[in-house]
Amino acid sequence: MRLSFTVNGRQCEADDVWEGESLLYVLRERLGLPGSKNACEQGECGSCTVYLDGVPACACLVAAGQAAGREVGTVEGLAEGDGLGAVQESFVEAGAVQCGFCTPGLLVATDDLVNRVPHPSDAEIRESLAGNLCRCTGYEKIMDAVRLAADRRASSEASRSGKTDA
Amino acid sequence: MTTAEESMLRANAIGTPLTRLDGTEKVTGTAPYAVEHPVDSPAHLHPLQAAIALGRATGIDTSAAEAEPGVLAVLTHANAPRLASTGNGELEILQSGEVGYRGQFLGGVIAETPEIARRAADLIRVHYERYEHDVELRADRDDLYKPEQVNPAFDTDTAQGDADGALASAAVTLDATYSTPMEHNNPMEPHATIACWTDGELTLHDSTQGVYWTQAAVAPLFELDQQQVRVISPHVGGGFGSKGIPHPNVVLAAMAARLVPGRPVKFPLTRQQMFSVVGYRTPTIQHVRLGADEQGRLSAITLDVVEQTAKVKEFAEQTAIPTRTMYAAPHRRTSHRLAALDTPVPTWMRAPGECPGMFGPEVAMDEMALACGLDPIEFRVRNEPETDPESGLPFSSRNLVACLREGARRFGWHDRDPRPGTRRHGEWLVGTGVAASTYPVFAMPGSQATIRATPDGRYAVRIGAVDIGTGTWTALTQIAADALEVSVGEVDLEIGSTTLPTASGAGGSSGINSWGSPIVAAARTLRARLDEHGGTVPAEGVEATEGMPDNPHTSQYAMHSFGAQFAEVWVNADTGEVSVPRLLGIFAAGRIINARTGRSQLLGGMTMGLSMALHEESVLDPRFGHVVNHDLAEYHIATNADVGSLEVDWLDEHDPYVNPMGSKGIGELGITGTAAAITNAAYHATGIRVRELPLHPDKFLR
Ligand code: FES
Ligand code: FES
Repeated sequence: MRLSFTVNGRQCEADDVWEGESLLYVLRERLGLPGSKNACEQGECGSCTVYLDGVPACACLVAAGQAAGREVGTVEGLAEGDGLGAVQESFVEAGAVQCGFCTPGLLVATDDLVNRVPHPSDAEIRESLAGNLCRCTGYEKIMDAVRLAADRRASSEASRSGKTDA
Repeated sequence: MTTAEESMLRANAIGTPLTRLDGTEKVTGTAPYAVEHPVDSPAHLHPLQAAIALGRATGIDTSAAEAEPGVLAVLTHANAPRLASTGNGELEILQSGEVGYRGQFLGGVIAETPEIARRAADLIRVHYERYEHDVELRADRDDLYKPEQVNPAFDTDTAQGDADGALASAAVTLDATYSTPMEHNNPMEPHATIACWTDGELTLHDSTQGVYWTQAAVAPLFELDQQQVRVISPHVGGGFGSKGIPHPNVVLAAMAARLVPGRPVKFPLTRQQMFSVVGYRTPTIQHVRLGADEQGRLSAITLDVVEQTAKVKEFAEQTAIPTRTMYAAPHRRTSHRLAALDTPVPTWMRAPGECPGMFGPEVAMDEMALACGLDPIEFRVRNEPETDPESGLPFSSRNLVACLREGARRFGWHDRDPRPGTRRHGEWLVGTGVAASTYPVFAMPGSQATIRATPDGRYAVRIGAVDIGTGTWTALTQIAADALEVSVGEVDLEIGSTTLPTASGAGGSSGINSWGSPIVAAARTLRARLDEHGGTVPAEGVEATEGMPDNPHTSQYAMHSFGAQFAEVWVNADTGEVSVPRLLGIFAAGRIINARTGRSQLLGGMTMGLSMALHEESVLDPRFGHVVNHDLAEYHIATNADVGSLEVDWLDEHDPYVNPMGSKGIGELGITGTAAAITNAAYHATGIRVRELPLHPDKFLR
């Protein structure tokens, strides 16, 4: 099939797509967007988390055909202008990145959390990120990064209104 | 001659919490991991794996697979390249139809897309002759054997004095057996390779802990010179030991690529495949005996370990090693015995030896402290050795007692009521526990660094090291900057390829030691050369290359890092569920090169220790020889919601003997002792002494 959908605000087409292949495969292998990672291929680790019509989803569980006509947002779309987005910056600053393989999925999940919940409690953060496995960091610095990102997001509330989720 | 003190690096950049230099690439999704390197028209490989644990494939029918549109080639032992015999039974795959363990590679399909390759692999029919397999580890097997040495080159057994005699006459004794299960490393990035042959030479973009280690293992198999195999690995999504030496997936990718010369073949393993082909931590059975006098001074320590290896290749985990160093006792003995099974080959998993070996003995210390009527910290302090107990060498630095005392102060240990099973919060039983941590200082030989200064004020530092997430890019830049006496912004580091000077891999927490030392040596030579040019860089630039310097102190001192871990554990009185609201680790590991990445190493190590304590267990089905829970749905690792308050700190430790940076490795230290501290706390909470990991709820339902 020919797959048409929007990725990070850009209209994208991919030809000869088998409907059953995963959205993750389409992003990584057909569209040259390897930011979203494949670490389990069965919805257990969150490394492949992307926005699908503004809602976080495991791209490994979304069949390509299901993405037709929809809006997808990936880690590659989190930058703000030429620089890093607030969530990206917070992860670097807090030391929440080690091997970086869980990072893209966590960034999307965090972006969603701080958009939805202005001042998440620690319990809320832990619970909403419990589906994103990290084998390296021990999560402490990820917690710091999310708190930092939430603070920044809250204090730049005004500029946020112009930004779309995807 | 310069003294150890004088040759120490003056710290300027090192010790600061410089943010990770590869951070931007990683948070934008642009850091290329193995299979993400842009290549032209890649083909995709899906493996064929043995569906029996022992026997022989008598016929492999590939006709249906070959007929699938999009299939480029089907690989089996019938058409696989012949490999040179290197004595590595794990890597020498597809040389016959023999099956040595379930899941072993028997072939693969190379196709235009991964989906086609996977579907075609399903169409292959294999007929087997089955032999009776044997995959059960038990301490009472009559075929246990004594390996020649244990990983990497330690004595298998040691003995001093008369341990049996001392135990017979001791006032207080303990005799208990502990066990740890099979565990899988499970780095988040599955093992992955792009292999491509051009003009008889092989290029591997591989997810590896050592580009030169991979080259050294692969080149002889294909009868190539080392430099005919190029290995590239700038970013690795974790390894924890399983990517230390190559596994059969790398060989299968290279074999498959041979069938489609000029075309790159991508081979990322699935999570499930990782459970049978990239190694695991052996299960261990640890028989500990302790004897002490009435004052709680140990007279005897013995640890006899039984563990498994594979028939296709030996791996002997060094589980008893920490017992040789931890506590003083005149009479002592350690031993390792192996059962060779029809299983996949065990391998390194974060702190092989020290991690399982700090479980049994550190729980035993807790039990023994109670038996002696002593606080577990006081008991450890009382048995602190003055010199390394087995070698007799002085320690280059040893601050275990200081870590225990500082941890006790911060954790609020002083008012702890030692009685078990007496504190309750609603349905939760509450307890606290402590255990020690340790890890040796390893230095790998053979690394070289080249530094080139150019008139534009830049310093190019080149070494074939790797960054598996630990922060090598950042830490080596800091070390180079201080050794060159310039700012980090003037240094351009290149790592992650065999086109760079030779280097050891990331293993044994040895990276900073083994790569940093030659960088310091090269920087010093370079500065001397610059002085000859009057301090200015000539138009053609100045270059210096140095290897790993000899460290004369290695034979004069015992070099280890130490730590103390404290846990608060809640056990649900009705369900047996265990939770860990609080963990504290205090470490002494020489100078910490980067406070930010270093802290994360220790936090991550402790969390993997927590994961080991609460969750991790690969369940091997003895009937079929495979790991039943072979994915992240069933093999649980700690998630964010499992972790409560987790705190790490370190003491300022000055050690001029270990290397010019004064640093000890920290990648593995944090995982040692965590599971024991949690297990000891669970006992304190419940009065139930668990001696087998993991602490699943059933262990507390009695
Ligand atoms: S790769 Fe999609 S959840 Fe793990
Ligand atoms: S940083 Fe490696 S898995 Fe999270």
